[in-house]
Amino acid sequence: MTPPFPFSAIVGQEDMKLAMILTAIDPGIGGVLVFGDRGTGKSTAVRALAALLPPITAVDGCPVNAATAAECPEWAGIKTDATSQRPTPVVDLPLGVTEDRVVGALDIERALTRGEKTFEPGLLARANRGYLYIDEVNLLEDHIVDLLLDVAQSGENVVEREGLSIRHAARFVLVGSGNPEEGELRPQLLDRFGLSVEVRSPQDVAQRIEVIRRRDAYERRPEQFVNRHANKDAAIREMIVQAREALDDIQSNDEILIDCAELCLALGSDGLRGELTLLRAARALAASEGASAITRAHLRRVAPLALSHRLRRDPLDEAGSATRVSRTVETVLA
Amino acid sequence: MTERSWHHAYLALQLLAIDPVHLGGAVIRMRAQPARDAVLAAYEATVPMRKIPLNITDEQLFGGVDLAATLAAGHVVRGQGLFAEPNGAILPMAERCPPDLAAKLAQLMDQSLIKGLLAIDEGIEAAEAVPDSLFDRIAFCIAPEGRMPADWTVLAQDPSGPKVPNKQAIQQLSELAARFGIASLRAPLFALQAARAHALLYGRAHLTAPDIEIAATLVYPQRATQLPEAEEEQGSDDAAHQEPDQTQNETKERTMLDTDMLIDAVRTLLPAGMIERLGRSKTAHAAKGNGAGRKTRSNRRGRPLPSRPGKLGGGARIDLIGTLRAAAPWQPIRRKTQPGRKELIIRPSDIRVRRYHQHSDRLLIFSVDASGSAAMARLGEAKGAIEMLLADAYASRDHVALISFRGTKADTLLNPTRSLVQTKRQLAGLPGGGGTPLAAGLQSAMQLAAQSQSHGMTPTIIVLTDGRANVALDGTPGRGAATQDATAIAQAIRAQGTDALIIDTGNRPEPALRDLSGTLAGTYIALPRADAARVSAAVGAAVRA
Repeated sequence: MTPPFPFSAIVGQEDMKLAMILTAIDPGIGGVLVFGDRGTGKSTAVRALAALLPPITAVDGCPVNAATAAECPEWAGIKTDATSQRPTPVVDLPLGVTEDRVVGALDIERALTRGEKTFEPGLLARANRGYLYIDEVNLLEDHIVDLLLDVAQSGENVVEREGLSIRHAARFVLVGSGNPEEGELRPQLLDRFGLSVEVRSPQDVAQRIEVIRRRDAYERRPEQFVNRHANKDAAIREMIVQAREALDDIQSNDEILIDCAELCLALGSDGLRGELTLLRAARALAASEGASAITRAHLRRVAPLALSHRLRRDPLDEAGSATRVSRTVETVLA
Repeated sequence: MTERSWHHAYLALQLLAIDPVHLGGAVIRMRAQPARDAVLAAYEATVPMRKIPLNITDEQLFGGVDLAATLAAGHVVRGQGLFAEPNGAILPMAERCPPDLAAKLAQLMDQSLIKGLLAIDEGIEAAEAVPDSLFDRIAFCIAPEGRMPADWTVLAQDPSGPKVPNKQAIQQLSELAARFGIASLRAPLFALQAARAHALLYGRAHLTAPDIEIAATLVYPQRATQLPEAEEEQGSDDAAHQEPDQTQNETKERTMLDTDMLIDAVRTLLPAGMIERLGRSKTAHAAKGNGAGRKTRSNRRGRPLPSRPGKLGGGARIDLIGTLRAAAPWQPIRRKTQPGRKELIIRPSDIRVRRYHQHSDRLLIFSVDASGSAAMARLGEAKGAIEMLLADAYASRDHVALISFRGTKADTLLNPTRSLVQTKRQLAGLPGGGGTPLAAGLQSAMQLAAQSQSHGMTPTIIVLTDGRANVALDGTPGRGAATQDATAIAQAIRAQGTDALIIDTGNRPEPALRDLSGTLAGTYIALPRADAARVSAAVGAAVRA
């Protein structure tokens, strides 16, 4: 198995990288939606981030990666409380996936061979405490989207089917990617993503050449290439770990809260999730920079990420949402 | 040209056989014919080639419990997925490949489990093509033209040329891709790998200029979205950028020459019709991108509901897995009561039948009168109304299509879509003026409605006009024949059972239009000086009433 492409070797795409690091620092921000052209390193970035993150401690054999034996669901029948480290889970949700596979279902295998009624955990269980990655999220079947909406909101997967009545924790960072030309996302799902990023393939030839050069070096000698970037990756990992610890101590004074509220009002974003995400993202950014309090500079940086997908769409406005957010940020935080 | 395309096809297959992992695969765009078999036979894979039917299940693809074998053996038998070992793959009817299968195959390709995918594309029109997510991961597109030459499998002599260092090759290929407007960064990577494979083919360890040229001509033409600007000062810029440690001046000059040569080489191989499409470069991309996604949405068979205990027959379909699940827990007990039986014991009470919750999407077909002086305003407002309706299309599940009629005929400007982005691109500039071929507009709308109905959608026709028909179906002017034709089509629409709505945008309500809406059994709304907001509100109110 070749090691994944190192996160620190990804050229450009600063917004995407920032958004992913912020959700790694504070998973409570929600998820990241990456919309844009093909072949711009969306999947690469998700997989690279997972490899970069510090491993999680989980009870041995626990299907939902619970941290302590007490958190293990009863149905899993875990007797041990020995824990071990495992890499942060990144679960791919393929487009044609069935409901069974997502939420879990009766374990047919055991039912048939041993006549036992047991639960076979699905992808949501595996993604607990990690990442759930949906490529082409805009093409996902509606009934799967509905399921995800509910679970992403409650952090708990409730299965009521085939005589099973089971619940387990399913807290994950939802990462979706897609190409808006092939279909758009329902606003309800959009809103569930904490941050959104629009990626374009780099327009600068020098940057493109650098991408190809690095990718080529990686494909020819993956181990060597990964080793060469190991230090930089380790630095990012260290930064994330420190930022996670610092997160609770970041100050946010009333002025910043007022700024958040005014920004959201001026943009007319629905609900209060916009303010909350904006604040959390700004706090994570402050933590990553080692600052002690959130400043307007932090807000400016994260506002397009946190708000651009929450605007009421004005079909007659040709400018992109990100541009509208930046414009408003300039006037409100002037 | 045609012979050359055959030689290129052979070369592409040879290169793919050398490095199937990095080159991804090849799209073979040919109809079923002996020549295609010859092309397929020319590919000498080093791994077994597995055929992937479009209806392949996840169990077959990724592996899982083999239910039939498990039941027979009495213990768990796991099936291996087709790609548990890296294998080659052949995807027949690739133009019909649903997006979810494409996504799964793309996933397997990203993990290098598919070593070389031959996607056989029998598409006729440009829109019928391999899904973009696969196409982007495949280096070559093989579409040889004309008669197959006898010597097409003969490789040319090793084309000699100056040696090119790696760094320069990367730079050249990236620049070239950028100038042809190829956004995906996979393309230059493919070209680089193809160049390396080409060098290997001739037993060389270094790249030469012909390697690069051939790689570019094999990988780029099908992906180009723009023509490079003619004589840009790119060359001199490059020279300035080039690092001073490039030792020989000669090398530099050759590089600059090469870039132009490369552009010409790729340009001559651009697919037919490409130049015309480039003229409308904005829509060219969209036309390629839609296709598959839209079809699955409209072909939705309904949202599956949990299966229910029930009786078979009467059109009910058995949910086999559900049935087995229901029966499974009881097996030990049932065996005790019937010790002789070894097989699975299923009682009628275990039978589960499938249920679907059907809801079809609404399609709003706007047929807009683009004739006369008010044409531009009316089209503009219709466009605005469409965009507003699409903006909340999620909530109401509306798809929208736009037909405009003017002069002697009707044109479909926007095929049924839910994508606001696509709509904006396609409705950028709309022509107007001329007579009012109302019948033609109605006819196009009717055809579209019938088509969408067969796709499981519920169409509604919305006609925006301000006047009476004055051009008949055959394009001849004259009120009498025109009105007759319009009435006839209206009756057909009514017979077809399609809802219709006529919005009269004239300053004075037109009685003929009211009559027509009577024939259509539709709604008539007079909206003098209608603007986008009012039209969209009126349509919304009428169709959701």
